[in-house]
Order: sequence, then C-alpha cells, then structure tokens
Amino acid sequence: MILFVKYDFDLVGKTVLKEQLDALNIPHTISNLGEVQIHDNLSEDKREKLDESLKRYGIQIVSNQKETLVERIKNTIDELLNNKDLRTLKVSSYLSDSLNYSYAHLTTVFSESTYSSIENYMILKKVDLVKELICNTDLTLTEIAYQLDYSSVAHLSGQFKKTTGLTPSSFQKIMKNKTRIYS
Amino acid sequence: MSEMLLNVVLADDDEDDRMLFSEAIEEIEIRTKLSLFNHGQELMDYLNLPNIVLPSLIFLDLNMPIKNGKQCLAEIRSNPRLKDLCVAIYSTSSSEKDIEDTFLNGANIYVNKPNNFIKLREVVEKVLQLNFHYHTSNLNKDTFLFRI
Repeated sequence: MILFVKYDFDLVGKTVLKEQLDALNIPHTISNLGEVQIHDNLSEDKREKLDESLKRYGIQIVSNQKETLVERIKNTIDELLNNKDLRTLKVSSYLSDSLNYSYAHLTTVFSESTYSSIENYMILKKVDLVKELICNTDLTLTEIAYQLDYSSVAHLSGQFKKTTGLTPSSFQKIMKNKTRIYS
Repeated sequence: MSEMLLNVVLADDDEDDRMLFSEAIEEIEIRTKLSLFNHGQELMDYLNLPNIVLPSLIFLDLNMPIKNGKQCLAEIRSNPRLKDLCVAIYSTSSSEKDIEDTFLNGANIYVNKPNNFIKLREVVEKVLQLNFHYHTSNLNKDTFLFRI
C-alpha cells in the first residue's frame, strides 16, 4: 500500500522550531518569514545546543546579514505563492512593503547571493508547485492553471516546458513510472 | 554563500569534451572546484573512498568504456551514502529512450552536449543555478527533474 502525503512546509518548520526552543527552555516568539525573536540573551552553550538540535531537521540559523535577507525574500515569495489572496498582488511592491527595502536593493542582494534573479526563483517555485499538484492530486492541467492563477493552460504548459525542458504530460508519465518502479 | 566553493565532478571518456567543460565552468561566476574522471569506474572508485567530501553535483557521460553512465547512476542510487547526490546526465544522445531511462533510474537533469562553446557555458551555468537552488531553497527534491 502507498500513502500519499502532502506537507505544509511552513507549519512543519514552525512546529519543529517551537518544540526545539521549548525543549531548551528558551522563551521566544516565532513570527512569519523565518524570524524568531528570543526574549532573553542566548548563552553560547544554548546557542550551540540549538544549532545542533535544529540541524537534524535541516533547519539552519543564518548569521550573515545578506543571507538573512535572501532567506526572508524567499520566505516572503513562498508566502505569496501559497496564499490565493496575496497572489494577485504585484510581487515587487509586496516584497518591498513587507521587507522595508527598495525592490532594486532586494534584487541586487538576491542575485549576488543566489546567482539568479528573483523572477527566476519565482518561476522555479511556481513550477515546483505545478509539479507537486501534478504528482499528488487528480487535478487536470486546466484546474491547476486556474488554481495557480495562470492566464491559460497554454501559458502554464509553455512556462513548464521552458523551465523544465519537459512537457507537463511527459513529466507526469515519468513520475508515474518512477513511482511504479520504486514501490 | 558567494564565497562557497561548489564541488563538481565530471566523468567523460572524451578528452576534448573534458577540456571544453573545464574551460566553460571556469568562466562562470559561480565558483567551483572541478574533478575529472576518464570513465565510470574511476568515478565510482573515487566516490567510494571513505574520507572524501562528496560532490554537490555529478556530470555523467552515458557512453564510456569499462563502466558506462547508466551503470554508475544505478550504483549511486542504490548506495545509501550516495543516493541523494544530484546527478546530471551529460550526453550526445538525444534518444527519448535514453532520456526516459535515465530519469526513471534517478537522474535529476538531462543535458544534451551543446555543439558550441558559448552554448556549453550557458548550459553549465543553468545546471549549476538549478543545483544551487535545490540545495538552498525549499524545493521538492522528489520532483527534481529537468531537461536542458
């Protein structure tokens, strides 16, 4: 028997974070966008233990300022893509409003640290969502296009093909055969 | 992040292809440390050394003597220590069967060897960018599948 599961990465991350911080008795507030406010000072020793315990879940405390900003940009984009109401907003103004930096500054920092543009990242992320819906749901491409606010199926297919080099249907076929082999 | 050196390996039996590849990767902004292997067996012997830092990306030619790319891919995917490595097939073959076979056997990226240097540089850069995003962003590794 195979069970198909779907995860809410944001919730998983926050829950793990809370459990680990509580386990170490660190008073904190977890806000959105990957930011945690620690109420007291964090001793070296505790900080090390926290690093250690978060590492097991693939969670990393970012220290460099640019890296932090890049993570916040990514988190904001994820939030935008996962929320139907926000998705209609303009990305550039949403990013600069939420993060309090000019969009020009954000794009520069992002390209310097990730070697690709914010637009590129968004497309990659969106295609990733399409992939997930193709694999884990019975939605038709038309329904997926509608759910992710593509103007048409043709637009979705075009972006998918351009980004992944595969058509949505050949991707689906490969993934189906792959699941069959590995189960 | 930008100071990070990306460990990349290429296994290809064609000397000219190896040379062109290393020239192309040198010219790219993303900083890399490239190791070259002449055939699949050499690559697998290296990967199986106990104390090495595993590469973050493997480029694999399909047709090689002694051990070909498909055999390497199968060995990598069935070895618990290596199975999560990102593998890009790097081949002149554009047969649909090769492409589908290698995807089914766990390749992440399928690259057709470009026939000129500028294209090669573009392609290598695109693969490195993708690989970088899959290592640093919240993207689903189970559906990490691209053809370039």
